[in-house]
Amino acid sequence: MPRERIPTSDATLIPQKGEREIFSAWKIAFFGAIAILIFLVVYKPDPYKDIILFLPDGILKTFQVTVLSIMLAMVIGILAGLGRVSRIRFINRAATVYVEVIRGIPLLVQIFYIYYALGRIVRIPDITSAIIAMAVCYGAYLGEIVRAGIQSIPKGQMEAALALGLSRGKAMQYIILPQTLKVVLPPIGNEFIALLKDSSLVSILAVSDLLRRGREFAAHTFEYFETYTVVALIYLILTLFFSWLVGLMEVRLNRDVR
Amino acid sequence: MTSDNPKIRIENATKVFTVLEREDTETGRRKKGKVVKSTLTALKNVNMTVMPREVVLVIGPSGSGKSTLLRCINRLEDLTSGSISIDDTCVTDPKVDIRLVREEAGMVFQSFNLFLHLSTLDNVALAPIVVKKIEKRKARSMAKKLLARVGLEDKVESYPSQLSGGQQQRVAIARALAMNPKVMLFDEPTSALDPEMIKEVLDVMLSLAEEGMTMLVVSHEMGFAKAAANRVIFMDEGEIVEEGPPKELFESPETKRAKRFLEHIL
Repeated sequence: MPRERIPTSDATLIPQKGEREIFSAWKIAFFGAIAILIFLVVYKPDPYKDIILFLPDGILKTFQVTVLSIMLAMVIGILAGLGRVSRIRFINRAATVYVEVIRGIPLLVQIFYIYYALGRIVRIPDITSAIIAMAVCYGAYLGEIVRAGIQSIPKGQMEAALALGLSRGKAMQYIILPQTLKVVLPPIGNEFIALLKDSSLVSILAVSDLLRRGREFAAHTFEYFETYTVVALIYLILTLFFSWLVGLMEVRLNRDVR
Repeated sequence: MTSDNPKIRIENATKVFTVLEREDTETGRRKKGKVVKSTLTALKNVNMTVMPREVVLVIGPSGSGKSTLLRCINRLEDLTSGSISIDDTCVTDPKVDIRLVREEAGMVFQSFNLFLHLSTLDNVALAPIVVKKIEKRKARSMAKKLLARVGLEDKVESYPSQLSGGQQQRVAIARALAMNPKVMLFDEPTSALDPEMIKEVLDVMLSLAEEGMTMLVVSHEMGFAKAAANRVIFMDEGEIVEEGPPKELFESPETKRAKRFLEHIL
């Protein structure tokens, strides 16, 4: 059955084949940001060149925190999603309470809580507690995505698996989850982008990510305007690049045999 | 009819669905916080047997409990009371391993329910590999043979979305056969198909019947009934109203309800 393309992410803003506009919003933003950055460095090397050279360590750190957090969050998210559809009452309630509690507390508060409040009981290194806080928080969001994904698989798939003698667990493993993964990949990509942006919050724990490096540079040179312009442009280029990737992924998954 | 023990024996089978509603049934108005239990009886004291190698067709208007009956046999639904046995195993006994029951009764659904992310071959080979722990290579070659049997040897690598409805249903039959079931349950196998595809599915079912498979088929295909069915059961409102050989039941039904129903579908 040919399926209509279902927009599940912001990636719909990104031009697809056949709708190649020269000036799409995405292109203006992405190439505009790059052009401005290059223009600034070439036209005004002092201080922009220094800023650009100072920041790569921070970009790397931001990546590190984002990638590790999203990986841990995926594990938590799959468990939470499975818990949310579990027929065992206790597990179901536990997963639901986790999701409700975490979604109701601001990420910044959670980061403070894990680092400072829990830090009084067990000393966790700053970067580790940043990653834990982000993973715990995003695990709840991913859990809801996984739950929705599981529930989007037609009931007949589970019934057919059960009728063949598979247990519920085996049916989940071989039939439901592989199909769920395809459905949830684009929205998970979106969460990845959101997490990339939210990772700037960890700069308050003295993790020297992109924003923190910018702050350090500005504090020395007092060039606040210039520094934060570059920091913002780099975040923008990164997120636009990843939303392009998510868009590609979505198109491929939709084209795929299903 | 053969004199040995029945393959499927259904005794006093009753299935009541409980529906919870937040509604006052008398006034029909919504009442806050008051949950009303309403019940729906899908099967009422059904008694029937299916003999080995017998092909039994179940007909009846929608909502008459035909599908529920099939789904209770392989425990996709649990009976409220009564019992069902396949051979000498009581499948409704809570102590019995449901998975073993389901291995013995192959099921084919109206909407095929092929696993969309797996190739045709893997659809057929999955259950033997996962449930019966048969070696992968062996299971695959067996699956190939089964697909050849339903006339789809050239579609081994295809995915369900690349197949027509008739082809998908034939894969579904092969998939059920891969578990070597003792009986096959067909739940309206041709209702979702175009007329030209119905024949290819019925042909496969006919050849199965000729090979001596015990089959319980929910369907309104008169052609199949006349060609293969030993017996036709007419159900209405959860009860067996009438049963008999296809020719007699179709041409001279005894009950009014059966007569009225047959006028509609013939």
